Amino acid sequence: MREHRQDYSAFAYLAPAALILAVFHLIPVVYSFLLSVHRGTLKNPMRHFIGLENYQELLKDQGFWDAMLNTVFFAVGSVPVGILLALGIALLLNQKIRGLGIYRTIYYIPVITSIAAVALVWNWLFDTNYGLFNQILVGLGMEPSRWLQEARGIFEIWGSWCGVEVPPEYGGPSLALVCIIIMSIWKGLGYNVVIFLAGLQNIPPSLYEAADLDGASSWHKFRHITWPLLSPTTFFIFIMSTIQSFQVFVQIFMMTPFGGPQRSTVVAVFYLYEKAFKTFEFGYASAMAYIVFFIIFLLTLIQRKFVGEKVHYGG
Amino acid sequence: MTRTEWRQFQTLALHAVLIAGAVLMCFPFIWMLLTSFKSSNEILKPEQWFPRPKVFIEERSGELQQVLIVEGEETPGRVSVEYVGRKGQMEVSEEELIRRTYLLENYPKAWNKVQPSFGRYFFNSFIIALITTIGQVMTSILAAYAFVYFSFPFKNILFTLFLATMMVPQEILLIPNYLVLSNLGWIDTYMALIVPWLAGVFGIFMLRQFFQQLPRDLFDAAMIDGCSRFGFLFRILVPLSLPPIITISIFTFLGSWNSLLWPLIVTNSENMRTIQVGLSYFSQAEGTEWELLMAASAFCILPLIVLYFAAQRYFVQGEAASGLKG
Repeated sequence: MREHRQDYSAFAYLAPAALILAVFHLIPVVYSFLLSVHRGTLKNPMRHFIGLENYQELLKDQGFWDAMLNTVFFAVGSVPVGILLALGIALLLNQKIRGLGIYRTIYYIPVITSIAAVALVWNWLFDTNYGLFNQILVGLGMEPSRWLQEARGIFEIWGSWCGVEVPPEYGGPSLALVCIIIMSIWKGLGYNVVIFLAGLQNIPPSLYEAADLDGASSWHKFRHITWPLLSPTTFFIFIMSTIQSFQVFVQIFMMTPFGGPQRSTVVAVFYLYEKAFKTFEFGYASAMAYIVFFIIFLLTLIQRKFVGEKVHYGG
Repeated sequence: MTRTEWRQFQTLALHAVLIAGAVLMCFPFIWMLLTSFKSSNEILKPEQWFPRPKVFIEERSGELQQVLIVEGEETPGRVSVEYVGRKGQMEVSEEELIRRTYLLENYPKAWNKVQPSFGRYFFNSFIIALITTIGQVMTSILAAYAFVYFSFPFKNILFTLFLATMMVPQEILLIPNYLVLSNLGWIDTYMALIVPWLAGVFGIFMLRQFFQQLPRDLFDAAMIDGCSRFGFLFRILVPLSLPPIITISIFTFLGSWNSLLWPLIVTNSENMRTIQVGLSYFSQAEGTEWELLMAASAFCILPLIVLYFAAQRYFVQGEAASGLKG
């Protein structure tokens, strides 16, 4: 039903939310850009207009590229594995089994807990002296690992196992970063499982019944019904996890407060945090924030464009 | 193997895999709890997974002392003990062996190890999360009401602008908001921790969808009965919308409670630290006192798990809303 007259009292209801959102969530996007094209001091961050100099400098900054590379390592390491594990668990849970609710609840627990506190627990598991993982390695008669203190790349380490020498520049993410990736997969798994389960339950059972009549195998049912009909969900999780990967900070900060061995766990937001709030280079850090923002914005747009169109099946 | 047997075997295997997975998911929490009940000496013993019961023994002076029995049964006689970090043999008589108990002292120790204490951090986190939640729920209700029940100029543009804030990641807000708040003189105050988060699009969006599903006749009937618009909102709409309001509250509360980066940036004094910031400083200061760090982690995590089990229904609704509709 439509209102017949314009009602200006609506603005009174909108005002509180609009004020907060405008001042702290929308205008800063513009302000941040202005900061990024200026150089100044802590007191007056917009003293000199310098155009795109900060951006040019950023592109020449090895620290920035290392941080971006580590961020990409983090995304590539955590997103696909996280999705495959979650999909596997969701498929198992979707078998009309007893105790579904209990399993779902347990798998979801890490999601609701504070990442700062659970990061501490993982620090303890990865501790080089008395941590459980090293205890297990030693118990199995193997060499203890340096885990979060290991700067060598994971490919370099694998190479050394097989007697192949991989040069450090192709070493991939450091073991320290891999440890943080493992922890992050564990932390986010339950969320993805729950979203996958919701997606699976939206697939009409009649499709499977028809396939059964045709004598389709489990693999065929997965390949030709589940996977294609689940693709919007998979895509949603893929984009959301990638966005989160580009924003990763807390577990990095808690597990390697100074950027890890040889700065090998410095990711984009960690580098930004250091530039902005350790050395107070607001203009430079804003330029960096803008690049991160741009990447995330693109991912969000892709997600809106595709998922927005294809999310509904059958229902 | 018959068909039914094969089916039963499959179900069994399925549960075995799922239970193994569930144990792996819970394991860090179990390990945290086990560690938090260990003494600093037990931490150094790789082969010992479970904390040993400590035995209270009445000392000669009459004061109650805690002694950890390292070897032998907790029975009267000669036993190897560990007492305040030292090892030795000790003759224990029936009267001296009062009761066995587990070590609990890591908890108060960790609680008071920081300045001023974790109590203060809990208080800060709680106040901040509570006010943020109440504020965000209020602003969301009002805004969603306007978007659904009012007709006004620029409605679509405004709604698009509101939605646009969903696309803005927190990272780009850090520096500008820090500068604005420091100009206001709000750095290191509750204001800086609360005010920027008093409105959120997640709540507005979810309530708007819920309001749209309610029958419009409700509104018309109330108007005919002489109810004011404001009265309709708080007497009829809000009581009907309690489930989404509770869901929004839980998610806002958790988001505020669990955030680290923002409070890390806008606070500097010990008195203003939140739980998460406190934990990060605590871990950097206490490096390897794992039994204390795990006790601190435990008392930070357990309230959340309790809340989760108490309000599970609303978590599930929030998942669905934040998921595919997002």
